[in-house]
Amino acid sequence: MAEPGNAIPDSPRSGGSPLPPLGGGLGRGSVESWLNAALAVLLLAAPLAAIGLGEPYYANLASRVAILALAGVGLNLALGYGGMISFGHAAFFGIGGYVAGILAQGAFNAAPVISWPVEVMGSDSMVPIWLAAMAVSGVAAVAIGAISLRTSGVYFIMITLAFAQMIYYFAISWPAYGGEDGLSITVRNGFPGLDTYDPLSFFLICYGVLMLALALSWRIMGTRFGAALMCARMNPERLATVGIEPTPVKLAAFVISAMITGLAGALFADLNGFVSPSMLSWHTSGQIMIFVILGGVGRLFGPVAGAALYVLMEHVLGGLTVHWQLPLGLILLGVVLFARGGLVGMVAGGARHD
Amino acid sequence: MTTALLIEQLLNGLQFGVMLFLMAAGLTLVFGVMGLINLAHGSLYMAGAFVCATVTGSTGSFWLGLGAGALAAAALGALVEIGVMRRLYGRGHLDQVLATFALILIFSEGTRMVFGAQPLWLDMPKSLSGHVSLPGGAVYPVFRLAIIGAGLAVAAGLYVLIQRTRLGMRIRAGESDREMIAALGVDIARLYTVVFALGAGLAGLAGAMIGALQSVEVGMGEPVLILAFVTIVIGGIGSIRGALVGALLVGMVDTMGRIFLPVLFGLFTDPASATSIGSALASMLIYLMMAAILAVRPKGLFPAHG
Amino acid sequence: MTEPVLPNPVLPNPVLEVRGLTKSFGALKATDEVSLALIPGEIHALIGPNGAGKSTLVAQIAGQLTQDTGEIWLGGREISGLSVAGRARLGLGRTFQVSSLALEFSALRNVMLAVQGRLGSSFGFVAPVRRDARLLDPARAVLDRFGLAERAEVTAAALSHGERRQLELAMAFALEPKVLLLDEPMAGMGAGGTRALTKVLGAMRDTVPMLLIEHDMDAVFALADRISVLAEGRVIFSGPPDAVRASAIVREVYLGGEG
Repeated sequence: MAEPGNAIPDSPRSGGSPLPPLGGGLGRGSVESWLNAALAVLLLAAPLAAIGLGEPYYANLASRVAILALAGVGLNLALGYGGMISFGHAAFFGIGGYVAGILAQGAFNAAPVISWPVEVMGSDSMVPIWLAAMAVSGVAAVAIGAISLRTSGVYFIMITLAFAQMIYYFAISWPAYGGEDGLSITVRNGFPGLDTYDPLSFFLICYGVLMLALALSWRIMGTRFGAALMCARMNPERLATVGIEPTPVKLAAFVISAMITGLAGALFADLNGFVSPSMLSWHTSGQIMIFVILGGVGRLFGPVAGAALYVLMEHVLGGLTVHWQLPLGLILLGVVLFARGGLVGMVAGGARHD
Repeated sequence: MTTALLIEQLLNGLQFGVMLFLMAAGLTLVFGVMGLINLAHGSLYMAGAFVCATVTGSTGSFWLGLGAGALAAAALGALVEIGVMRRLYGRGHLDQVLATFALILIFSEGTRMVFGAQPLWLDMPKSLSGHVSLPGGAVYPVFRLAIIGAGLAVAAGLYVLIQRTRLGMRIRAGESDREMIAALGVDIARLYTVVFALGAGLAGLAGAMIGALQSVEVGMGEPVLILAFVTIVIGGIGSIRGALVGALLVGMVDTMGRIFLPVLFGLFTDPASATSIGSALASMLIYLMMAAILAVRPKGLFPAHG
Repeated sequence: MTEPVLPNPVLPNPVLEVRGLTKSFGALKATDEVSLALIPGEIHALIGPNGAGKSTLVAQIAGQLTQDTGEIWLGGREISGLSVAGRARLGLGRTFQVSSLALEFSALRNVMLAVQGRLGSSFGFVAPVRRDARLLDPARAVLDRFGLAERAEVTAAALSHGERRQLELAMAFALEPKVLLLDEPMAGMGAGGTRALTKVLGAMRDTVPMLLIEHDMDAVFALADRISVLAEGRVIFSGPPDAVRASAIVREVYLGGEG
C-alpha cells in the first residue's frame, strides 16, 4: 500500500498534464475513435455509392438508419450514460412524429393547429418543425421525468412504460389526430436550398442532424455535467456526498435525451410521409433499446452501429424469410448473454472514463 | 344504468381482475424471489392458450386441454429458466429486459411459424357454456363465473402454499435473503426453477381460460403482460397480497371506467365526443392510476421489501 | 443508570452539534436522545459495542436517514431537514465504512468530482473537464497530500483496499469541509495501514475537526481528544480518553464483546 505521505502542508503542483481523452473522443488514435470514424464514413459512403449505382432505394434505407440511430443517441444519453432505463422513449419519438404531422397537416390545410389560447399556424418547413418537436418532447419529458425520477429500479422502468402507454392510447382514441389510422404527411416538409424529395438530399439532412447530435452528446459528456451524470449512474450516493444532487442532473439528461429522440421522430414522420401510433408503442421503445444495446450501451457511436446492424438484419433476413424476427431475437439474446459490450465493445474493448 | 348492467360489469371487473392476478402472481413471485424482470411472461400465457386449443381440438375435451395448457406452460417455463434465466440472475435490469424482450420475439415468431398467422379456435366446454340469472335481471355466462371461481381458488391455494408448506417457507425466505438460504443448504437452483415454472403454469392457465372466452392468437399475451406489470407495480413488487389487491383494483377500474366514463362525458357533450373522450380516458385510466399511486408510494401499496 | 457527561471547561462554539436525536425502527430505539458536540481543532471519537447504533447515528448526521425528533446544527446553521448533498455543500464531509467511489473513474477524476461539488457548478455544459485547471490543480494537490499522486490515473476499481480508503478520505478533504464524519476509516486496514492513516488524521486535526467512529481502540486512544461512548442508542459516557479508560460503566458495557 502506498505511504499516506508526509504531513506537509499543501505542495501544489501547477498545471499538470491534461487528461487523456474520453474513450470515444474523435481523432485521438484509440481503437474506438477509429471505429467511430469508420462508422461515420461508411454511413455516408454507402448511400452515395448506391446513388452512383442507380439504386436510390438504399439512400432511403440509409436515412432510416440515420434516423433510428438518432433516436438511439437520445436514449443512450439517458440510459447508457445516465443509467436510467427508460422503457417509454417511444413516447418522445411519437410526440416528435405527431408534432411534425400535425404542423404539416395544418400547413397543408392552411388552418391553425391550435386556436386557443394562442393561434398557432402549421408549418411545412423542417427546421421550425424540428424545434417544435424538440420543445414539445422536452416539456413532456420534464413532466414525465419529474414524476418517474421519484422512483428507481424496476419501478422506474414500469412508470416510464406507463406514461408511454398513456400517450399511445390517447393517440389511438383521439379522432382529431387520425386515431388508429395515424396521420398522413401529404407533402414532405421543406428545407431551404434542398429538394427534400431527393433521396440523397434527404439523407444528407438526416446524416447532418445525426452528426450534430453525436457531437453534442460527446461534448456534453466531457463537461462537469457529464461527469456528474456518469457518477449518478455509477454511484448516486457518492455524488450526493460530494455535494451534487443526483436528481436534477438526471432530469436534465432525461429531458435532453427526450428532445433528441423527439427530433428523430419528426424526421421519421417525414421519411415515411406518415405518422403511425405504433411510433408510440412499447415495441418501439424496445426497438430503440435494441439499437443501443446491439451497438454498445454508453458508447458514443453505439446507437449508430446498433441501428445499422438492426436495419441490415431487417433487410437481409427479411429478404430471406417473413419470420425474420426469430433470428433477430436469437441474435439479440446472444448479444445480451454473451457480448455484453455490443458491437463497439467487441471491437474496441471496455469504455475508458479518464 | 340498470342494476343488471351494474352487476354484470362488476362481475366482469372481478373476472378480469382474477385473470390478471393469475398473471401477476407469477410475475411478482419471480421478481420477489429471483429479482428477475420477465417480459416473456405474456408468451407463456400465449403458450398455454395454444396448447389448450390444440389438445382440446384433437381430444374434444376442454378439461384435458386446460390441464395440458397449464402443464405445457410450466414445462416451457422450466426450460426457459434453465436455458436462459439462469444466466440473468444478478445481471442488471437492462439485460433482463432486453433478453426477455428477445424471447418475446422468438416465441411470437416461432408460434407464427408453427401455427400460422390465423387465430385458433377454442370453444368453452359445453358444461360451462350456459348462463345464469342473477338478481336484478342480469343474465351472466357461467364460464365467466367459473373463471372467477378458479381464480379465487388459485389465490387460496397460493396462500396455503406460501404460508403453510415447506416450499412456501423457502420462497418466503428466498425473498428476504437469497444468500442465507443458499448457505442453509436449500437447493437454490431447483427452487428457482420450481418458482419460475409455477408462475409460468399460472400464466398458461389464465391464457387457456381466456383463450376460450376470447381468441387464441399470437400476441394475445402482450396487452395482458403490460397490465400485469402495472398490477404488480401498484400492488408492490414481490407481494402476492399486493398482486391480488392490485389485480382486483386494475380489473375493476378498467372495466367500470370503460363503461362509465363515456356515460359521464355524455352528461357534458354530445354522444360522439363523449364516446371518443371517454374511451381515450378509459384506456389511459389505469396508467394514470399507477402514476398517481407511485407518486405517493414509490414502491407500490404493499412492498415486500419495504 | 448512567454517569453524567463530564462537564467541559468553556468551549468555543461547536462546529457540529447534535441535539436530542431520536430514531426508532418500530419497537427498536436505534437512537435515543443523543446529543453531541464537535469543537474546532478536536478529534471526537464515537465508540461503542456492535449494535449500539453508531451507523444509524452517522446516517442521520449525514442526511441519509431522517431522524424522528431532534436537531442537527452545522456551523451555527440548522441542517436537520437538508438532503445529503445539501449538507455536503454546507461543509459536511463524510467517508463511508465500505468505500463508496465512482469505480469506473480514475482516482484523479474521483477527486475532481469532489472539487466540482465544492465549486457547485455541475451544470456547466460547455467547458470540457479534462483540461480544466480549476478542477485539475486542486485535485492533484489533494492526491499528493494523501500519497496517491502516483496512482492518479489508475481506475478506482483497480486500487487496493488501503488506497481506496485513502481516496475516500481525499475526496472528503477536497470538499474543504468544516467537519469530517469518518465512519470506521481503519476498517479492513492491516497494522501498517492503520498506523499510517492515524498519522495522516492526526496531522489534519487543526485543519478540520473530525467525528471519528471507530472500533480500533489503538487508533481511538492515539487520536481522540474526547470520546463519547454509545450503547443501545444512548450516549452513556463522554469525556477525555483517560476518563473513559477509567470508567466502570464503559468497562461494563464492553464486557463480553470486543471493544
